[in-house]
Amino acid sequence: MAMTANAIENLIRAAIPDARVTVEDLAGDGDHYAATVVSEQFRGITRLKQHQMIYAALQGRMGGELHALALQTSAPE
Amino acid sequence: MSQVAVADRIAKEITENPVMLYMKGTAMFPQCGFSARVVQILSHMNVPFATANVLEDPELRDGIKQFSQWPTIPQLYVKGEFVGGCDIITEMYQTGELSSLMAENGIAHSVAA
Repeated sequence: MAMTANAIENLIRAAIPDARVTVEDLAGDGDHYAATVVSEQFRGITRLKQHQMIYAALQGRMGGELHALALQTSAPE
Repeated sequence: MSQVAVADRIAKEITENPVMLYMKGTAMFPQCGFSARVVQILSHMNVPFATANVLEDPELRDGIKQFSQWPTIPQLYVKGEFVGGCDIITEMYQTGELSSLMAENGIAHSVAA
């Protein structure tokens, strides 16, 4: 069962309300996406932790329903 | 192999191998684009690294995700520390952070061109 870009966006926003999220479908199969997420909550924490926050927001779907999610995360400039 | 045994095996591997890559396939024959990219980056930097093929060992494939609390493969470890997956390694390579990480850990490498 693949995921929609919208579902991904909603899950990320639910966990990180102030996030500016853009999700791009890389392959049109609902399985391979790229997402950029900008949030104040990322300020001062490592890129690894930022990505772990996104994976937590996706509630275990990463690596299962969602095969690939290329992530770009940062705090606002 | 029990969960504890897998975790012990991983702990041993990442201690014995300064640069340890858990990947799909092997360095010679990567079987996933993301794994292939990390192999390419490490090879481009002439970093000696060991690999483990999670496709050959389902218990390792799940065990490594538990170990690092990271849901995807590949996973790169430097001196026993989990560094990241394909995205993070690519970004670190582009910003030069990967080069400094290797230098800080005394790992021979050629500086990225």
